[in-house]
Amino acid sequence: MDLLNAVIVLLNYTVIPALTYGSQLALGAIFVTLIYGILRFANFATGDMMSFGTMFAVLLTYYFQSLGISFGILPTALLTIPFAIFMMILYMLTIDKFVFSYYRVKKSPPVQLAMVSVGVMFVTQAIIRIIIGPSDRRFLDGEKFILKATEFKEMTGLNEGLTIKSTQAITIIVTIILVSIMFWFLNKTKTGTSMRAYSDNEDLALLSGIDPKKVVLITWVIAGILATIGGILYGLDKSYRPFVYFNNMLPIFAAAIVGGIGNPYGAFLGGYVIAFAEIFLTYAYKRFFIYLLPESLEPNSMIQLLSTDYKFAISFSILVIVLLFRPSGIFEGKKI
Amino acid sequence: MSFFQGNKMTAGYGDGPDIISSCSINVSRGEIVAILGPNGAGKSTAMKAMLGLLKLKSGSVSIDGDDISSLSPQDRVKKGISFVPQTRNVFAELTVRENLEIGAFLREDDINKVIEEIYELFPILKEKRSQIVGQLSGGQRQQVALGRALMIRPSVLMLDEPTAGVSPIVMDELFEHIIKVKETNVAIIMVEQNAKQALSISDRGYVLVTGENKFEGSGKELLKDPEVRRSFLGA
Repeated sequence: MDLLNAVIVLLNYTVIPALTYGSQLALGAIFVTLIYGILRFANFATGDMMSFGTMFAVLLTYYFQSLGISFGILPTALLTIPFAIFMMILYMLTIDKFVFSYYRVKKSPPVQLAMVSVGVMFVTQAIIRIIIGPSDRRFLDGEKFILKATEFKEMTGLNEGLTIKSTQAITIIVTIILVSIMFWFLNKTKTGTSMRAYSDNEDLALLSGIDPKKVVLITWVIAGILATIGGILYGLDKSYRPFVYFNNMLPIFAAAIVGGIGNPYGAFLGGYVIAFAEIFLTYAYKRFFIYLLPESLEPNSMIQLLSTDYKFAISFSILVIVLLFRPSGIFEGKKI
Repeated sequence: MSFFQGNKMTAGYGDGPDIISSCSINVSRGEIVAILGPNGAGKSTAMKAMLGLLKLKSGSVSIDGDDISSLSPQDRVKKGISFVPQTRNVFAELTVRENLEIGAFLREDDINKVIEEIYELFPILKEKRSQIVGQLSGGQRQQVALGRALMIRPSVLMLDEPTAGVSPIVMDELFEHIIKVKETNVAIIMVEQNAKQALSISDRGYVLVTGENKFEGSGKELLKDPEVRRSFLGA
């Protein structure tokens, strides 16, 4: 019984939140890695682009709510996804046309493009500030819990409750569906194969008749979908604070690099590696050990390896360790 | 008039000096033509000019009587001109089959038949079809590169040093494959360092020196020519 309680504690406070957070990071990391693999630069506007897409979901959710449209027990924000994605892609393509394409045609070095993306980041932040402002917003509606702690306790008779928030379930399910479709597209379709070919060997791809403009367009479309959905899922789960997305870039980049930058499978798994590391290292295990150890050995401290304030330090440390010892990422095998 | 012709081509890189001047190369279907010459003679440049990777200052390129001097390399690919670069000539992160599929990117029809033909020409590719090309040996990679280029069913195939960096055994094998390709009525132009071997399988050869045609003739003639032998064949 105690063992079961201990397992439930871990599930409730670490595994489920880490799976959720990991999914959100994974979407961002695939976005980073796609842009890096195909357009060949580190996009520092990643976080703010995710925020930009989410902003439209928030605004449209408010609008839909004012019209009385709802999605039943599911959050209204899910209905706004197609519109938010559309706006996001439109914004990305505009930026690409007026900013990135100039440097791409000039064949500027990747560092220059990365610097340009920092500029795009500032502009995007400014636009977000003008449109929605910096304040914290909740836009989650519908049923908040799939499983409440009290219900779980009644069902099982355990001391510990297991809570599953609807946002957690939605995040994990949506991520699995989205990522499966994307990998299917990249691996099984002609367009997807041509994108991987372009990423692998640009000159030969051009000689084979692959149209670089089409590849760039589709890359931004996929990036827009990933950024918007990733951003919305994160915003639903926590709350929409426009500039938190900028901070999330550290774990997102860490995930992309852990997985081997340019490799979407790696980025996907990297997201979970970072999330689990962050949560396992900052969780206070006191309650877990109370169930497992005999009373005489009961811990009187929190048994927390690191304070949660240091969670970004964890991503950063992983990033440094991977770059020092496995700069090509921890996952072997095929790249994008 | 030959099938694929470069007439009096003059070209260079950017604003730099002319690398080739008034250089002419032509090839008919079912013929192998070798371009030889010392380092820096402009062999690869002549080939790139014919492919459109480099702008001509004067002269023209034509295929089957059509002037294609102003077409981009991609448009020339659509005209049936295929090119195998010297380095980075495969998609190393893709499987063998995916490499072939990308080679046929411009084809709208069913490509399975063409892929079967390629497998017949290079049986090893069929065996390794789902392997990542980066894991294959040098000789196998060159076959993938040839196979990819053949997927558009080209009428002209241009090879830039196909045997650079492969062992002598593999080189013989590759030359055999090139002859097999020629027998499918393809016009082949190749730039080669291994002059003797190249001439032995070529119908004709051009020797370029400082960007100009210096000698030309059938493979046998060039092999026998004392001056060519002394300056380029090392005997």
